[in-house]
Amino acid sequence: MSYSDAHIWGIIALLGVGTFLIRFSFLGLVGNRELPEWLLRHLRYTAVAILPAMVAPLILWPEANDGDPDPARLAAAAVTIGVGLFLKNPILGIVAGFATFMGLGALL
Amino acid sequence: MTQAISPRQAFWNGARDAAPFTIVVVPFAVLFGVVGTEAGLNLAQVMGFSIGVIAGASQFAALQLMSDNAPTLIVVASALAVNLRMAMYSAALSPHLGPASLGARALVAYMNVDQTYALSVQRYEDAPPLSTRAKVAFFFGTSLPIVPLWYAGTLVGALAGTAIPASWGLDFVVPLTFLAIIAPALRTRAHVGAALASVVAALLLAWVPWNLGLLAAGVTGMIVGAEIERRTTPPGTAPRRPA
Repeated sequence: MSYSDAHIWGIIALLGVGTFLIRFSFLGLVGNRELPEWLLRHLRYTAVAILPAMVAPLILWPEANDGDPDPARLAAAAVTIGVGLFLKNPILGIVAGFATFMGLGALL
Repeated sequence: MTQAISPRQAFWNGARDAAPFTIVVVPFAVLFGVVGTEAGLNLAQVMGFSIGVIAGASQFAALQLMSDNAPTLIVVASALAVNLRMAMYSAALSPHLGPASLGARALVAYMNVDQTYALSVQRYEDAPPLSTRAKVAFFFGTSLPIVPLWYAGTLVGALAGTAIPASWGLDFVVPLTFLAIIAPALRTRAHVGAALASVVAALLLAWVPWNLGLLAAGVTGMIVGAEIERRTTPPGTAPRRPA
């Protein structure tokens, strides 16, 4: 990354303050306010909506491979998803995926 | 007549309930420390993330976008979008902790993460009921094994990271981390639909400058997920809180 130190600290500060304000939002308001149902419905899907959008190009068009699909990365991704889906264990998913990536990388 | 649960008891009950989650929290913290250092952050900056933000997925998201030298606004907006679900946590805690002091609520907000929130709301809705002070104490109890270990794990990872050569290809761990977080979260058709819509939109919008396609894809995924839920959930049976 090519940001200055001050720039990086600025990002950390903005993220820290922003995240705190999100967490404090309803706790900060005294009284019991209910969120409207339509808003809750959208908030439930924030994590499963943002993270896949971020990860898809990284898996399909990895910069380290000049933006071309790489069999080792695709296989590793499939293994991580499989382990995550069936064993519900994220750490195991990362370990299995990375082992696949390293193993195929050594073979191919 | 059962005796009321004291704040002290509630605190230790919370700590006990949260203890198993250290198995998940510590490796993620170590991993963030390692990849943060590998990506070029110094020790203080890596720790700044884990102490100032305490939100794994969004920390990894920021790190990934910073590795791509994305504009500040995109880094911050995307990482905050990952944390938006926490507004829901805040709303779920507020009926229980609203009567607590402002200082206590601010401290709860700082440590309001997936595990502390889920364990606390679960306990608050269980019998026997807790006083407001005991509820606050329970929440702090759940934070005891989680938050300090998040800092400590990051520190260990950051120190180890400086010893790991860049040639190990550890940058690929970040996308794998996202996949590992997403996959177990695909519990319903709505979650799967949201994720698929977001992937398709992200690939179609990859040409949009400054990573703005990412935000558009995220919003698309949220709308698709919410719409599938609305159509597949009979009115009046919507879940009261996120599972």
